[in-house]
Amino acid sequence: MTESKTAFPNNLRYTKEHEWVRVEGTVGTVGITDYAQSELGDVVFVDLPEKGRALVAGEELGTIESVKAVSEIYAPLSGEVLEVNESLRDHPERVNGDPYGEGWLLRVKITQPSETEKLLSAEGYKSHVEEGGH
Amino acid sequence: MQQEAPGLRTTPLNEVIRQAGAKLVDFAGWEMPVQFRSVLEEHQAVRTRAGLFDVSHMGEIRVEGQGSLALLQRLTPNDVGKLVPGQAQYTALLTPQATFVDDILVYRRDEQRFLLCVNASNVEKDFRYVRENAAGQVRVEDASSEYAQLALQGPRAAAILGRVADQSVEAVPGYHFIEGSVRGAPALLSRTGYTGEDGFEIYLAPGQAAQVWLDLLQAGREDGLIPCGLGARDTLRLEARMPLYGNDIDETVTPLEAGLGFMVHLDKGDFLGSAILRRQKERGVEKKLMGFELTDRGIPRHGYPLRAGGSEVGCVTSGTFSPSLKKSIGLGYIPSASARIGETIEVIIRGNAVSGRIVKTPFYKRPS
Repeated sequence: MTESKTAFPNNLRYTKEHEWVRVEGTVGTVGITDYAQSELGDVVFVDLPEKGRALVAGEELGTIESVKAVSEIYAPLSGEVLEVNESLRDHPERVNGDPYGEGWLLRVKITQPSETEKLLSAEGYKSHVEEGGH
Repeated sequence: MQQEAPGLRTTPLNEVIRQAGAKLVDFAGWEMPVQFRSVLEEHQAVRTRAGLFDVSHMGEIRVEGQGSLALLQRLTPNDVGKLVPGQAQYTALLTPQATFVDDILVYRRDEQRFLLCVNASNVEKDFRYVRENAAGQVRVEDASSEYAQLALQGPRAAAILGRVADQSVEAVPGYHFIEGSVRGAPALLSRTGYTGEDGFEIYLAPGQAAQVWLDLLQAGREDGLIPCGLGARDTLRLEARMPLYGNDIDETVTPLEAGLGFMVHLDKGDFLGSAILRRQKERGVEKKLMGFELTDRGIPRHGYPLRAGGSEVGCVTSGTFSPSLKKSIGLGYIPSASARIGETIEVIIRGNAVSGRIVKTPFYKRPS
């Protein structure tokens, strides 16, 4: 095992499927983790849902494709899509370069706030990754 | 997260490659680097400067002695008799049905000494096949464990190799090779590759491979040479429309169906499958491997259903996002009636029909 160089910001919550959420009031910003982007490699294509779509926690909401592989994105929380990161259409590489910043995927209006408690902490997600991430 | 993968074979470069931070994957039972830092960067390096690949998983089979030429003439569709010592040829081992046992390179070392370079996944099968067909004085040996192989590819490859090789390599023509050495390590230096760029494939003893790898990287640093993985090798070869065995060609298709008619020399005399190829040439093939690009968004991948002329015709055999063209490209077998440039096709990507059109190949051709 090599020492992990990936980042796990403390102010975020995580899923076992490698999404992160930043919860600010009733709005959640969602992206994929540094570990996920590094495993996926160069992202060349991001397929995101329409604004206004209702999401149920755990459902597939879109896909991210790298040169090598395709990976599904799952909704970490239930809610309504407020905004998607349109800039990824022309700059999908932002998911690799800045997964917790410019590479964000979408913002949702959280409808089931209690679901956030089921998400992993940075510490919990880090252990999950160190156990192999599956 | 590097997972230990027990049971995988490793190349002599495994340690230096790990140290360089490669991401390793299982490829045909070998632990191989899929990428070092980024497939896109590595792809770009080969197109514009140079990249160095470990391809030691490839197999080598020696065919030597009286009758070796006749044996190879019988098993392959290309004309081995046209090769002079020091020349290489892209060809295939064919079944009696004219389908691919493998696609291979034949090196003619002298009148009666040949070396075949074969795909890693097919080494045992090819070796058995050649040996079973051998008669008389021919010696057939699986020499795979005697060779490591490095591929130095890209416009700067010849200049870089020239700095460490003990012979001049600049003047070696394409599909030719010399038996020379690199800083004293004996090596077969072949001006061939699987990327669509100029470059060399370097065959050498396993024990000397790591040093030559490091020497080359050092010698090429000022040119921007970087180590590259199989991910970039795949996007590079697909842009150049070089087939991948097991995806684009296998024991169900012939060279004429695969669009590799250049390797079929019916005038050389009979060989395994020649009657079938002759008939296909006269009457035409029923399906043909064609290149397409997508006009809608999506990435076609191996195995995705492919539609042409309104009906499903099979699957995408290879597909990727082309880093050079910034488009999604792919290959697939299309019935001859629809196999025309400009014809519309559809790829079914996760249940959705995504439109594209048949285009001329190679998708990418290096500036000459």
